[in-house]
Amino acid sequence: MNSNLKEQVLRSSGVNVLKCMRCGKCSGTCPSYDEMEYHPHQFVYMVEKGDIETLMKSESIYKCLTCFACVDRCPRSVEPAKVVEAVRLATIRQQGCNHLIADSIPEMLDEDLPQQAIVTAFRKYTK
Amino acid sequence: MNTFTYYPGCTLRTKAKDLDTYARSSAEALGITLTEPENWQCCGGAYTTAKDEIATKLSAVRTLNSAKEAGQPLVTVCSACHNVIKQTNYDISNDEEMASKVNNYLKLDEAYNGETTVYHYLEMLRDVVGFDNLKKQVVKPFKGKKIGAYYGCLLLRPSKALAMDDPENPTIMEDFIKAIGGTPVIYAQRNECCGGYITMEDKAQAQKRSSRVMESAQEQGADMIITACPLCLYNLKKNSGSDLPVYYFTELLAEALGLKEDNNEQ
Amino acid sequence: MQRIGVFVCHCGTNIAATVDVKAVAEALSHESGVVISQEYQYMCSEAGQNLIKDAIKEHKLTGVVVCSCSPRMHENTFRKAAASAGLNPYLVEIANIREQCSWIHKEIATATEKAVILGRAAIAKVHLNAPLIAGESPVAKRALVIGGGIAGIQTALDIAEAGFDVDIVEKEPTIGGKMAQIDKTFPTLDCASCILTPKMVDCSQNEKIHIHSYSEVSAVKGFVGNFTVTIKKKARFIDETKCTGCGICTEVCPMKKVPNAFNMGLDNRTAVYIPFAQAVPKVATIDANYCLKLRGGTIKEKVCGKCAEACTAGAINYKQQDEFIEQTYGAIVVATGYNPIKLDKFDEFAYNQCPDVVTSLELERLMNAAGPNGGTLLRPSDKTHPHKIVFVQCVGSRCDDSKGKPYCSKICCMYTAKHAMLIREKYPDTEVYVFYIDVRTPGKNFDEFYRRAVEQYNVHYIKGMVGKVTPKADGKIDVQASDLLSNEQLHIDADLVVLATAIEPDQTARPLATILTTQMDTNDFFTESHPKLRPVESATAGIFLSGVCQGPKDIPETVAQASAAAAKAIGLLVKNSITCNPCVAHSNELMCNGCSACEKVCPYGAITYQDKEFRMPDRTTAIRRVAGVNPAVCQGCGACTVACPSGAMDLNGFSNSQIMAEVDAICK
Repeated sequence: MNSNLKEQVLRSSGVNVLKCMRCGKCSGTCPSYDEMEYHPHQFVYMVEKGDIETLMKSESIYKCLTCFACVDRCPRSVEPAKVVEAVRLATIRQQGCNHLIADSIPEMLDEDLPQQAIVTAFRKYTK
Repeated sequence: MNTFTYYPGCTLRTKAKDLDTYARSSAEALGITLTEPENWQCCGGAYTTAKDEIATKLSAVRTLNSAKEAGQPLVTVCSACHNVIKQTNYDISNDEEMASKVNNYLKLDEAYNGETTVYHYLEMLRDVVGFDNLKKQVVKPFKGKKIGAYYGCLLLRPSKALAMDDPENPTIMEDFIKAIGGTPVIYAQRNECCGGYITMEDKAQAQKRSSRVMESAQEQGADMIITACPLCLYNLKKNSGSDLPVYYFTELLAEALGLKEDNNEQ
Repeated sequence: MQRIGVFVCHCGTNIAATVDVKAVAEALSHESGVVISQEYQYMCSEAGQNLIKDAIKEHKLTGVVVCSCSPRMHENTFRKAAASAGLNPYLVEIANIREQCSWIHKEIATATEKAVILGRAAIAKVHLNAPLIAGESPVAKRALVIGGGIAGIQTALDIAEAGFDVDIVEKEPTIGGKMAQIDKTFPTLDCASCILTPKMVDCSQNEKIHIHSYSEVSAVKGFVGNFTVTIKKKARFIDETKCTGCGICTEVCPMKKVPNAFNMGLDNRTAVYIPFAQAVPKVATIDANYCLKLRGGTIKEKVCGKCAEACTAGAINYKQQDEFIEQTYGAIVVATGYNPIKLDKFDEFAYNQCPDVVTSLELERLMNAAGPNGGTLLRPSDKTHPHKIVFVQCVGSRCDDSKGKPYCSKICCMYTAKHAMLIREKYPDTEVYVFYIDVRTPGKNFDEFYRRAVEQYNVHYIKGMVGKVTPKADGKIDVQASDLLSNEQLHIDADLVVLATAIEPDQTARPLATILTTQMDTNDFFTESHPKLRPVESATAGIFLSGVCQGPKDIPETVAQASAAAAKAIGLLVKNSITCNPCVAHSNELMCNGCSACEKVCPYGAITYQDKEFRMPDRTTAIRRVAGVNPAVCQGCGACTVACPSGAMDLNGFSNSQIMAEVDAICK
């Protein structure tokens, strides 16, 4: 367990993971569940245990849509999406860990793709 | 009260010109003056919830502050801009540490602490124009059209900050549809995510999400879908595999007000 | 000159381990007026009490200070000891050197110093104590039960059994409450009606029990033993004394589209109605919101009057008005019960979108022989038999305050197991899934019951929560949920979804608490006087609590509590008079300026104003408005003494001068 990392994720997310009662509703409502290796309730639980590095290495951090369904529907206002965001930031803030590289953008474009998608993806995937 | 600072956002200048054009012409017809701030910047597309992210929130604060300086409420029409700006405004009003960091960065003439009232264009229609008033000005009602409102996620959530409508049982778009003479179709996936920016990263996931939304609307008998978000429109049109037409709500608004030809007759 | 005895208790090591009790006794022996200062292991023991009694006699004590535990614990013990030795019990003071000293300090030196200071304050106070004599007040031999569900029914039956008159005030047209709506009861699966309706009949036949149905409590005055209550009998437009309950009026009523509340709105009833076949009293009621004649409308409608034409008993009275009656009671029992919460905040479960998403109480009616489908379980939407049913637990329970109720509703795990089992028994071709967070089954034969659902009836219990419900065009309902143990997200194509909805106190409870000046918690449950030792008494004397109004509970627990509340009420009613607390407020009329500040802050309504004649210094008389305290109502809280701007209000046993003397002693 890396207590510095845990500390950082807790501070950055502003989430009190101890409020979780382990009902799993966040994972029941998550639209990206099947694409994720670790699911919203596991993010909360693993952060509580201090197992941050496993999450940081997982592709799951790029699968969250930030749709806030888990945030709004959590019976105890735990806000799992904010935990996912904090873990993703912990990863991409490291040198050379950007998930999206500018050079790769042109091939992703099609004539209808709105700027909004590119801007948002950059916000989410790079530092 | 009928002059608003209007923040269009980057996509409305390029791929989503319809959303912008018809918002402007309809506002004018409804007696609302929209003034665009000078030199506005992109909102960033997504709000970073992290408490230790400050720089990424500054452009939204600049926009909010320009409305404050103009002494006007701020209105946005793109769901994403609206979401970013409202969340920023909520956090700056409720999180003193963030507010002080932001103000230390910006060094504005006067510190910004959440003074601006932020409206989504739909909220402006509901709370300022009034749906009853809007109804009276409709010249080409969408009579007999079954229209599914697509909220997506950005318009409603997180509900604490957005405070626009009941996040699970919203009515604002349905009331809008009624005002322009259509019949709203309620379907369960109307407040689920379309896939959003994941279309860049994982096309398959975006396809799965958007097709689920369209299926749900189609099953409940919708003839068309309306949205306030360029990215939703993209996903629902491009990724869902459905041929159910998707429009910006402002297109239908302009058409109902007699400012635009076509769709209605399709 | 006062002769004061000081007694310092070791309380085993509770006090003595942190406080040097010998030093305390020694220090206090030098205080003015102290003639004897002793310490002892356990002052509350018989030997300890004898020490006090002997000292009172031997040293002719005029005051006693016991340095020991909280007065809540043993003040009464020491007062009784003093009284038996001939000393007025209100000349005893307690210095709390346990809870407020030894238990919260670690260092002996500082704890000892504080104990001495606390003892000194008590001595300063006892110097000013005056002997007090408790008054008496008579007890009216009649009880009021508010709410006629199973809790109120059981309480009323027990009180009547003891020989006292009881009135039940029920806001609905019939007694029976929620239990009358329930199909079967856990864990024995006996029919709720079969065990409830005989009790309802007992109530109506017992000459000691008087049922005011379709009535509300609108005002309560007075105090323990002597409450004066105003009961509003709402106009039901039927003369109860004439109506025979034949039901002909309900057959002829043309207004047939009224949502039937008894069946949770799943079918319709007429505007004139008898809620269900076994209703008590079996009397019709006209719903004025729907009756064509009463509601008004077109001229043709206004002349309806069909029920009056049909009624051979001549019981229909369209001109009936609300009636107010006043009655005096010695005791009041609150049994206002509960309701399922509204589900507006949980529409991710599509309750407002889909008729086949129902609450558990709605399912009770769907399964009940007297329900909308005559006991055959059919989907509300298309009246087909559901083959796949999903139960969702904890909907609105165990939530953050912003989302729902913070408490566990307690009954849902068990009734869901019951539902699942009944369905599997009657319709073996139906698959049943239960999504749960925990299965909570403390109770006699409860866990065995739940295990039977799993092992014998093969109900699929899945640890996880439903996150989204999507009704589909083909009539199926897509239930998206997490399965935490297999770590996957499930999609179940269900035919029916049942939400185990949180329960909350009835909305009449809060205004009633205000009327009764009794306390509630933040969830609107009535607060008991002590959570362990006085669970059926409210903090207001003479008001008792029965059933879910005090906290979530099932039927057996409700009945047990109802009988306990009855026992407490009977204990009060058998007395001819009760001893009042002499530590009450009194007003110095010469200082009172008649401002009403005290009256406004008094939570018990003990203060009234009256015009009195006073002789002025110039020998004229003047009429002035002054405050008076009813000592039988005053609970001695002291709010008035703080509010009074002229210092006219004072509290016996806690007078302003006594409090100041204590403060002076502490600050010395």
